[in-house]
Amino acid sequence: MKKEEGIFKILSQKPWEASQAVIDNNHDGKTFGISKAKLGVRTIMTVSTVIFSLFIVAYADRMLIHDWRSMPEPWLLWVNTAVLIMNSYFFHKVKVSADQNNNKEIRIGLYTVGFLAYTFLIGQLIVWYQLMSLDYFATSNIANAFFYLFTTLHGLHLLGGLYFWGKVTSKFLKGDYKLSSVQHAIELCAIYWHFLLFVWLVLFGLMLFT
Amino acid sequence: MSDEFDKKIEAKADTIVDAGSVPSGSVPGIDYVPAHERPDQELYHSHSWWTTYVFSQDAKYIGIQYAITAIGTGLIGLVLSWMMRLQLAFPGLGILEPSAYYQFITMHGMIMVIYLLTALFLGGFGNLLIPLMCGARDMAFPYLNMVSYWEFLLAVLILLSSFFVPGGPTGAGWTLYPPQAITSGTPGSSAGIVLMLISLCVFVAGFTMGGLNYIITMLQSRARGMTLMRLPLTCWGIFTATVLALLAFPALLVGCIMMTLDSLLGTSFFMPAMISMGEKLSYDGGSPLLFQHLFWFFGHPEVYIIALPAFGIISDLISVHARKNIFGYRMMVWAIVGIGALSFFVWAHHMYVSGMTPWFGYFFATTTLIIAVPTAIKVYNWVLTLWRGNIQLTLPMLFALAFIVTFVNGGLTGIFLGNVTVDVPLSDTYFVVAHFHMVMGIAPILVVFGAIYHWFPLITGRMLHEGIGRIHFWVTFLGSYAIYFPMHYQGFVGVPRRYFEIYDSPYITTSTLHLNVFITIAALIVGAAQLLFLFNLIYSARAGKKAEKNPWKANSLEWLTPEMPPGHGNFGKELPVVYRWAYDFNVPGADKDYIPQTVPPSEVRSAKVEKT
Repeated sequence: MKKEEGIFKILSQKPWEASQAVIDNNHDGKTFGISKAKLGVRTIMTVSTVIFSLFIVAYADRMLIHDWRSMPEPWLLWVNTAVLIMNSYFFHKVKVSADQNNNKEIRIGLYTVGFLAYTFLIGQLIVWYQLMSLDYFATSNIANAFFYLFTTLHGLHLLGGLYFWGKVTSKFLKGDYKLSSVQHAIELCAIYWHFLLFVWLVLFGLMLFT
Repeated sequence: MSDEFDKKIEAKADTIVDAGSVPSGSVPGIDYVPAHERPDQELYHSHSWWTTYVFSQDAKYIGIQYAITAIGTGLIGLVLSWMMRLQLAFPGLGILEPSAYYQFITMHGMIMVIYLLTALFLGGFGNLLIPLMCGARDMAFPYLNMVSYWEFLLAVLILLSSFFVPGGPTGAGWTLYPPQAITSGTPGSSAGIVLMLISLCVFVAGFTMGGLNYIITMLQSRARGMTLMRLPLTCWGIFTATVLALLAFPALLVGCIMMTLDSLLGTSFFMPAMISMGEKLSYDGGSPLLFQHLFWFFGHPEVYIIALPAFGIISDLISVHARKNIFGYRMMVWAIVGIGALSFFVWAHHMYVSGMTPWFGYFFATTTLIIAVPTAIKVYNWVLTLWRGNIQLTLPMLFALAFIVTFVNGGLTGIFLGNVTVDVPLSDTYFVVAHFHMVMGIAPILVVFGAIYHWFPLITGRMLHEGIGRIHFWVTFLGSYAIYFPMHYQGFVGVPRRYFEIYDSPYITTSTLHLNVFITIAALIVGAAQLLFLFNLIYSARAGKKAEKNPWKANSLEWLTPEMPPGHGNFGKELPVVYRWAYDFNVPGADKDYIPQTVPPSEVRSAKVEKT
């Protein structure tokens, strides 16, 4: 059976006609050939993209006003960015070892990504601390406020991801799972991590160049 | 639910691959469908009263929880409107302080738009109808669905708690424009507005979880043979509205987050430099217009988030109760999708008088008039469905007819207001109040009533009382015209909206003031009729006439469950197999005037659908 017809093709069907009915009776009731969870992750990523895009629009609008004073980027942010890139890379490796059903590597890999993600979050908090000790408060300039806002939102997204990472990891460690479901969960987490890396690179680039 | 039933469902998951396979060597019959390729959904089975009725993961219960919470909140909104009307009609009595009037206006607007209509259409009808109409056992992620409801309830409680904090709820108007929303002098500018913003953020988070369920269930867990184009239009309406909501609510969230920070931390996202009570505030450089753009980028799609499910439901009601297939099904789907897409390009028609570049206004006036085209197509198609139909003047049909009239009425004034030059003089008058109450207050609420009369037997197994229903209908329908028609006139005369008292203005005639009294009396009567409706709901749920199965002789899957009201898992042992669309009414050659979606071709061999 053919899946994933184009939207215009679907919309031009005439469901009342006998010839179309024969085709439609073969339909198994699924629009896309992917799992519900994967579609769910994609939907969440879409919604997050809209949220971050709107913040970026607000940022672009607000920076044109006279009181905007750019903020310095501490070198630690570069380290954090590197940690996040490594995090994404290791998640990819976990996914590969999960696909190969390599239990030992999955376990080490899951620990590594969790460690890196928390390192990143702690790193971001240290950046906050450094900036605040240099008197860059959210109230002192709107550029600072945007920095704190962006890092908070991105961090919250990462914490959300860590919740699901925790679920997969505990399921895996208990050994009480179906292999396919853990593989799938790890794959979805990896996709989400890559997405968060992408978001961070966009936000960091935006703040770097303005 | 009994253990036996659970076992049956599990057993089915094992044997599913063989179901419907053709014995080798024989030619597939006319009813042949290939086997289902995916296993049946694993359901959560509750074991205690708490997990069945309170922390329920069954979409039907969640839908009812959503509906009851939304209607309960809506009743508060209704009482607030009574108070405002009394104040306007009898200012001498001093019923409301000016600040209370603004607080009531704000809460009334926000409650009605978001906490009543959005929650009822998507959370209530969405949860109840989507799995049943698609032929699914439950939503895609039942646990998330449950969390979605509890977040909605939390949002409602946070909102209502603002009545009890110092300063009371916010009085900034439902649009919450900064800078005034968080500047002293506006009622509730400290605690009230913050609670409002937090409540909205919680609502958006909860809705996102629900919305995820609605679209993924509709896309991925439909029954065998249920293509997207075989879905009833109700599903299309709710689906498109949910997509709009998932893309539009982020704008509200972004605005709310930044305004909360402005209010609590003292950042200047939206707050310009200003002097308040002789003192220069610490804010500087913020852009209030930015908030307006964010708000209306959410706010206009929000109109369609409410309207599209209403369009879908009304299409089904009209088709079922006129015993005729919907005229131009494909065109209806295209119109829903088209309106959904266009709704993201019209937002600034709410901002003609905001101080944005006037040239911008002409672009948005154009898009606004373009969106009238698919909307008008829908109205024509409803009328053409009725044309030579076998119209049954049942209660759902009465409400559906009333909806069409009211929607056309409100839509036409919308065309006036969509033009910059007409909008500028009218925008701060009662004409606008009349317009948006007609098109997005009365019209959707008529759909809600029609839908409740239609689907009440599905929920309770009993019919609503016909006589009380007819009184309710006529009082609501005629009464709402008595309320809102005079407001159009008041708007033309120039009565400004948002004023808690008109005083003795030389340009406002005494007759206008008398009209205010008339409107208030009509509003009180219409409101009282809703209490009659509530009584009917409670009375009929307990002692109403028992409904037969499929009482309206409809075709769609929600009526074709083995038991009514449907049990846990909706469809018993076997999921339905769909052989046709939901609109096979009065097919030439068929024995009965309707062919349900699950009837295989072999049972209706003589029925012939016209080739188009």
